Amino acid sequence: METPKAIISVKNLVKKYDDFVAVQGLSFDVYEHEIFGLLGPNGAGKTTTLEIIETLRDKTSGEITVDGFSVDKQAQEIKQIIGVQLQAAGYYPNLNLVELIELFAGLYGADIKPMEMLEKVNLQDKAKAKYKALSGGQKQRFSIATTLINQPKIIFLDEPTTGLDPQARRNLWDLITEIRNAGTTVVITTHYMDEAEQLCDRVAFVERGEIIALDTPDNLIDQLVNSGFERKKEVKKANLEDVFINLTGKEWRE
Amino acid sequence: MQKDIQNSNAPSGANGYSNTTATLALAKASFRSIMRSPSAVVFTLAFPLIFILVFGFLGGGGTHIDVGITPGSDVNNPVIGMMEKTGMIRLVKDKTKAEFDKLLEKGNVDAMIDVHRKVNAPAYSVNVVYTSASRDKGGILKSVLNNLFYDKTLKPSVAEIRESTITGREYKTIDFILPGQLGFSLLSTGVFGTAFVFLSLRQTLVIKRFFATPVKRSSIVIGEGIARIGFALIGALFIILLGHFFFGFTLIHGAVTVVNMLLLATLGVIVFMGFGFIISGIAKNESMIPPISNIVTLPQFLLSGTFFSIEAFPNWLQPISRALPLTYLNDAMRKVAFEGLGLWDVKFQIMILLIWGIGIYAVAVKVFKWE
Repeated sequence: METPKAIISVKNLVKKYDDFVAVQGLSFDVYEHEIFGLLGPNGAGKTTTLEIIETLRDKTSGEITVDGFSVDKQAQEIKQIIGVQLQAAGYYPNLNLVELIELFAGLYGADIKPMEMLEKVNLQDKAKAKYKALSGGQKQRFSIATTLINQPKIIFLDEPTTGLDPQARRNLWDLITEIRNAGTTVVITTHYMDEAEQLCDRVAFVERGEIIALDTPDNLIDQLVNSGFERKKEVKKANLEDVFINLTGKEWRE
Repeated sequence: MQKDIQNSNAPSGANGYSNTTATLALAKASFRSIMRSPSAVVFTLAFPLIFILVFGFLGGGGTHIDVGITPGSDVNNPVIGMMEKTGMIRLVKDKTKAEFDKLLEKGNVDAMIDVHRKVNAPAYSVNVVYTSASRDKGGILKSVLNNLFYDKTLKPSVAEIRESTITGREYKTIDFILPGQLGFSLLSTGVFGTAFVFLSLRQTLVIKRFFATPVKRSSIVIGEGIARIGFALIGALFIILLGHFFFGFTLIHGAVTVVNMLLLATLGVIVFMGFGFIISGIAKNESMIPPISNIVTLPQFLLSGTFFSIEAFPNWLQPISRALPLTYLNDAMRKVAFEGLGLWDVKFQIMILLIWGIGIYAVAVKVFKWE
């Protein structure tokens, strides 16, 4: 395997709010063309870390470079090569999807065809719909479409599958994998370990603002198994989600 | 700017980014959004139009007749005393002849009266001058005077009544009501619209998502401003034209007057948007916006000469009226529309609005919140 090239490099990142330390000395690299997962419980500092890398939040100390640009001095340059999907962000009211895409095209200074962007996330039928009228899965796919407008090198997805039904979730995994296969690096946060296991090339576990483990899902599982861990219950060849998908079909319900 | 425009087609790269493109994209999005927002349309168009309709058909309402007393006239005589007792007639004193002539021509004073004791006689000579600018009130005054003069206590002392009418511009109710409603429309668009939009963009994290793009903060504010001003001006033009063609609103110099009014409207809405920025910063949620906005708009709605001339207010209230920015916008609008003055002639009103603008934006910069 060739040596992977780091596209994001985080060194000793610290973020303090008044008397609360949200992030204490995080260091990690994200390699080009991988899907990198930040995992951990609520309040562990995942979103804060992402938003600092996205230049939306100031850090207290540490060094971060994104594709060679420093977050301190080259925030504008970074913004032009990244796509950002925020947790629970809304969109400009009263506009339909095509108009929203046009707005973002203007904001990024990108020359794109709105319908093509919507086709990428399979929303061409909803072109004239308002964002508010979309289902949960459609909303997330639309959010992802807005992250692709400036043909970014990296996209950041903050809990994109939270609250989705199994079909929509699997569908989003396919979409994210396609985006990665097209050459874009993906940084994702999630609470679902099955998702991280399926989707991510490497994952970092964040707990109380520190990274407590970082490796490929396979290696992390092997390490645990080698340490003598055993599940209490014998694992069957399928789980309840497989049953759900098998019974209700793989197609999206939207 | 020039460089921005040249590079506006380059999709990416550090030097290819165009703030102009971003600003215009925002202006377009915001304008579309405003046009689809029922509350914006109701506040900007429907409310003012309803008031114009009501007052346009009601035509006047309160009957007060302003009668100027010609300088040099005898004031201690029974005629004037009786006039005061009717309760309908307000006597206007202590102005020069030139001032009275102007007021008379505009119909701000409905008539002039001049009373002199006849030489070598106990009776008085009464000279009344009406104005065509206020025919209906002149008519009322005429009958009031006739009643008075045939009153048995007064009759012996009045020897002769001479009446004449000067030609003035006809000043209709619409000429007063429309500029006031226009000002009110601009005030509500500026205050409510701006406050709601920025609070909701902040709360739904739309602005945060914008910040993840290379757009500048100034582009967001300017883009939003362009859309709101554009919308307000379309509303203003609609109100002016409707008033002109259906209710005979006076536009002395035609299109030039309209352009001047729209320029004043632009200034007005920019100043009023400042209130909106402040309110969006203070309000913690959407339900707090209407009460705070009403604190700003209601007093101006009532006290800035929107419905009644502020001269009709009690003396203690007038200084408050004269402190409000809408008073000066209304005043300037009326002077431009009806008296045909140019913008330079209303520089005092414009200056007061600018001072308000500077003050409001100084506060807005401090309290406005992005996140």
